[in-house]
Amino acid sequence: MKARVLIRPKQGILDPQGVAVERALPALGFAGVSHVHVGRLVELDVQDAAQLQPICEKLLANPLVEDYEVQLLDGSG
Amino acid sequence: MTPTAPPTVEDALALGLTAAEYELVCERQGAPPNVLELAMYSLLWSEHCAYKHSKKLLRTLPTEGPHVVMGPGENAGAVDVGSDLACAFKVESHNHPSAVEPFQGAATGVGGILRDIFAIGARPIAVLDSLRFGEPLGQGATRTRYLLDGAVAGIGHYGNSIGVPTVGGEVYFEGPYEHNCLVNAMALGLAERERLVRSAAAGEGNVLVLFGAATGRDGIGGASVLASAELTDGGGEDGAGLDSKRPTVQVGDPFEEKKLLECSLELLARELLVSLQDLGAAGLTSAAAEMASKGEVGIEIDVARVPLREPGMEPFEVMVSESQERMLCVVEPANVEDVLALCEKWEVGGAVIGTVTDSGLVRVRDGERLVGEMPVRALVDDCPLYDLQPRKPDAPIYPPPAPSSALSAGASASETLLALLASPNLASRRPLFEQYDAIVQSRTVRRPEQADAAVLALPDGGALAVSIDCNGRRVAADPYTGTVAAVLECAANLACVGAQALGTTNNLNFGNPEKPHIAWQLTESVRGLGDACRALDAPIVGGNVSLYNEGATGPIYPTPVIGMVGRLPDARRAGRLGFARAGDRIALVGPFAPSLDAGELAKLLGHSLPDGLAAIDVVAVADAQDAVREAVRAGRLSSAHDVAEGGLAVALAECCLAGGLGAEVELGEGTVAGATVDLFGEGAGGFLVSGDADAVGELGESAALIGLGTVGGEVLRIATPGAGEILSVTLAELGHASAALGLLFG
Amino acid sequence: MKFGVLRFPGSCDEVDALRAAARVGDAELIWHGERDLKGADAIVVPGGFSYGDYLRAGAIARFAPAMESVISFARDGGLVLGICNGFQVLCEARLLPGALLVNANRRFTFRQLELEVVNARTPFTRACVAGERLSIPAKHSWGRYYADERTLAAMDDAGQLVLRYAPGENFNGSLHDIAGVCNERGNVFGLMPHPEHAVDELTGGSADGLKLFESIRLAVEGARG
Repeated sequence: MKARVLIRPKQGILDPQGVAVERALPALGFAGVSHVHVGRLVELDVQDAAQLQPICEKLLANPLVEDYEVQLLDGSG
Repeated sequence: MTPTAPPTVEDALALGLTAAEYELVCERQGAPPNVLELAMYSLLWSEHCAYKHSKKLLRTLPTEGPHVVMGPGENAGAVDVGSDLACAFKVESHNHPSAVEPFQGAATGVGGILRDIFAIGARPIAVLDSLRFGEPLGQGATRTRYLLDGAVAGIGHYGNSIGVPTVGGEVYFEGPYEHNCLVNAMALGLAERERLVRSAAAGEGNVLVLFGAATGRDGIGGASVLASAELTDGGGEDGAGLDSKRPTVQVGDPFEEKKLLECSLELLARELLVSLQDLGAAGLTSAAAEMASKGEVGIEIDVARVPLREPGMEPFEVMVSESQERMLCVVEPANVEDVLALCEKWEVGGAVIGTVTDSGLVRVRDGERLVGEMPVRALVDDCPLYDLQPRKPDAPIYPPPAPSSALSAGASASETLLALLASPNLASRRPLFEQYDAIVQSRTVRRPEQADAAVLALPDGGALAVSIDCNGRRVAADPYTGTVAAVLECAANLACVGAQALGTTNNLNFGNPEKPHIAWQLTESVRGLGDACRALDAPIVGGNVSLYNEGATGPIYPTPVIGMVGRLPDARRAGRLGFARAGDRIALVGPFAPSLDAGELAKLLGHSLPDGLAAIDVVAVADAQDAVREAVRAGRLSSAHDVAEGGLAVALAECCLAGGLGAEVELGEGTVAGATVDLFGEGAGGFLVSGDADAVGELGESAALIGLGTVGGEVLRIATPGAGEILSVTLAELGHASAALGLLFG
Repeated sequence: MKFGVLRFPGSCDEVDALRAAARVGDAELIWHGERDLKGADAIVVPGGFSYGDYLRAGAIARFAPAMESVISFARDGGLVLGICNGFQVLCEARLLPGALLVNANRRFTFRQLELEVVNARTPFTRACVAGERLSIPAKHSWGRYYADERTLAAMDDAGQLVLRYAPGENFNGSLHDIAGVCNERGNVFGLMPHPEHAVDELTGGSADGLKLFESIRLAVEGARG
C-alpha cells in the first residue's frame, strides 16, 4: 500500500527555513501569513503497514528534533 | 514532428538549423534525415557544439609552448608543473541554463567542468567561478539578487559536496548583463604527466561502456534550444517568460559525481580503459561522435542497452539527453568484466552499450532495429564554418550607466573612496566566498582575500597559482586593448604571489556574432587575446565560446574571461596582499598610466563608455610583472597587490583592510598630475608593494618605482605636497564600506 | 598507536584526517562496508557529505557495517572522534546526545574560528589547557547543536561540554555556543570545526588542531603504559 510520511521540526526549536519563507512572503504581496514551518515529505510503497512506525523512528525522522505523521493512501495515491 | 512522418525543413529550423544547413545535411546523408538523425545533426551543428562562428578565429590563437602537455581539442588542456606532474585546467560557461534556473545551472556548470578534468585522468583540486549579473540595486534588483544567490548557492552546493575547494573567482554587476547573466566555471586537476588520457576511440571490436547515473529526459534539446538562440523573456521583470524553458534544465547530483570521479580515476589507474569521454552538452550524441571522429573510426550504439530512469524514452531522446554525471569509455573486450565490477563497487551503474567499428559511421540501433546512420565526418567535421562580417559600430552600443546615488557632486576624495569601496563591483566578496569550502584536500596556501591569486601546495614544496579575470566594460570600450588588459591582469595576479603563467584558458562570452558590431568585438578581442598570450608566453590550452548572449535590451559587454595557471617554486614564499608590518615602506611599481576612462569611478558618475582605450605597452608591463615576481619569490617583500578596478586609492584600502594596518601616503612629483586621476584612475601595469626600505629600494633598480609612504596606524591618509591631506579614512570606515555586499545576503 | 579513519561514499575530508592523524601515529582508511577496524586504537569519523547528506546528514551512514563495529568499539571504551559530518553521524547513532540542525543563517559557511577549551581533561583535549583558544576552521551548513535544556544542564555538570565557540564566533546558532561535546563516559567526542585542517600553518592558518590528535595519542599510550 502507499504511505506518505510528513516530517516536521518539533515545536520550540528554531526553524530558520520556516522563518525565511515567512519573511519572503510579504515582499511578494502576501500579507497575513504566519507560523510557517518547513519539513520533508517521504512517499513509499509498503507491503506491511506495521513497518511504517519503526521505519519512521529509525530512519526517516530524528525523533529528538522532529515529529512525523503517517498517512495511509488508498490505491489511487 | 510525429514519429511516422519524416521531418521537414520546418522542423530543422525549429531545432536551430538554417535552411542551407538542412540542405547540406540532406546531401551528406544522401536523403532527408529521420527524426533521430535530424536531432543529432541539430545538436552537433549548433553553435555550442560546432563553434560555427568562432572556430576560424580560434585557429589564430597560440596553442603551443614548452610547458604544454595537452593542447586544445581534448576534454581539458594541461601544462607541465614539474616533478613529473601536469596540471589540467579549463573554463566553461553555463550562461543560458543559469538564467533559467540559477542554482542548478551553476551547479551543473561546476559538475560539467569537473568531469572534463577527470575525463583526462586528473584529480580535480580546485574550482574558480566568474559571474556577471545586472545591478543589484534599483530596477531589476530582485531578480539579480535571486540569480546571484542561486548561482553562489549552486556552486557551493556542488563543489563543497564533491570535496573540491572553490578557491577564487570574480563577480561583476553591470546593466548589460541584467537579462543575460554569465556563469563561467573553471577547474584544475593534477595528474602524473605521463598518464594523461585522450578521448579518441580506437580498436575495431572494442566495447563502449556507459557508466554513471541513469539517463532521463534532462535537458533534451538543451544545446540547440538554449545555447544557440538569443534569450527573449516573455516580459515581466521576474522573467516569467523563461519558465517554459525550465523543463530543459539539467539537475545535478554531486554525490553521484563524487562516486563517478573515484570510479573513473580508479579505472584509469588500473589501466582498464582505451579512452574516456564525459557526457556534456548533447549527451551521448556528442560524446560518441567526437570519440569516433578523433579516432577516425565508427561507432555503433544500441539505445535499448542504455540504463534509463524514465519510461518510454524514444531513441532520439536517449541520444540527446543531457542527464548529468555520466561518462563513456572504450574498453578492450577482455577488460569489460573488470570495468563493470569496478562500477559496481563504486555504486555507479555501468552498461555495455555499443562497439567501435571501422565503418566511419555512427550507427544507432534500438535493439535489432537500425534507427539512424550518419557518417562521422558529416556530423563532426562537415559542419559549415562561417566567416564573421565584422564592422566597427558607428554609434555606442551600450547606454551609459545610471549615476550612483551614493556619490554626490563635489564629494571629497574620502567620500569617493568609501562610495567606491561600497559599490557592488568593489565591495568585499566575503559573503559570497564564505559559502565555499576553500580548504578541503589540504592544499590551499592562500585563501580568498589573502592574496591576488589562489595558491595550492604541490607535493614537491612548490605551488600552483591560479586566477580568473575579465573586465567586460573595458572590453566594451575597446575590445582589443580591453582583452589585452584582461590577460595582463590575470598574469599580474599570478606575479603578485610569485608565479609565472604557464598556460591560459579562456571563455569568450559575446552577443550575436551574426551582427557586424558583435563580430567586430569578437574579432578584435581574439586578436588581443592572441597578441597578449604570445607576449607573455602563456599559450591557450583550451577554452569555450558562448555566443548569442543578448536579448531585447541588447548584448552583454564582450566578456573574454581569462583563466591562468602558474607555478611558484616555494609555497612558503607565496605573496600576500595585505600590509604586514608597521614601518614597512609602500611603493608603486611599474609603468602605471592611470586614466578615468571606463573605470569604476566613471561608472559611478554615469559616464558613457569612451571610444577606445589608451594603448598598453605590453613589454613594459610584462617586465614589471617579472620584477615583482622575482622580488616576491626572493621573500623580499611583505606584500604585493596589483592596482586594478578603482585605482590606487582602492588598492591601498584593500591592502590596509587585508593587513589590518593603515598607511601614510604622499603622492609626490612622480605621480600623474590631477589628484582624482592619481587616486582613482585605472590602467594596466601598476603594482602596490610593501617591505623594508632595502627591499623596496632594490626593486626600484629593476622596475619603475615611486615611493608612496609608510605602513602604520589605523588610518589611511593620502596627501600631496601642494594640497596637503586630501584623503583620510579610518580602518573602521573602510571595513564598514567594504562590507556592503553583506546587506544583499540577509 | 593506530588511527582508523572511516570512509563513506561522499566523505570529503577523510584523506585530510588521515594525513593529520599520520603526523601523530599510524593511520589507515576503513571502507564503510567493512566490519574490521584493523586494530585501530582510535577511530575518526570524518567530515564530508556521506551519502550526499540525503534525508538528514549522517542518517544513512550510521547504519553502515563499519559503524556497527564502531558502536561496539565505543561501548567497550574505545576512543572515537567525530568531525563535522562525523559528529552528525555519531549523534544519529546515539553515541552522542543531541542533534545538529541547519545553521541559523541557513547557508553553508566557511570561516577560521576561535574555539575555547572548556574541558581539558578529556582524552581528546588533554594536550590543551582549560580556557585555551584554538584557531580552527569550520565549514558546514548543518552545524547548529541542539539538545533540550535538561540534557544540556546534565551535560554541563558532567563535563561533557568540551569546546565552545569564542564570543562572537558562533555563526551557526548552536545552543550555549557549543562546538564540541563528549559522551558521559568521555570516550566519544564530536565537534563541528575541522581540526584536521589546522595541523600545518602553511595550509591551515594554525597548527592548533594537531593538539586534539596529540591528545588521543597520549590517551592511548597512557592507557597502555
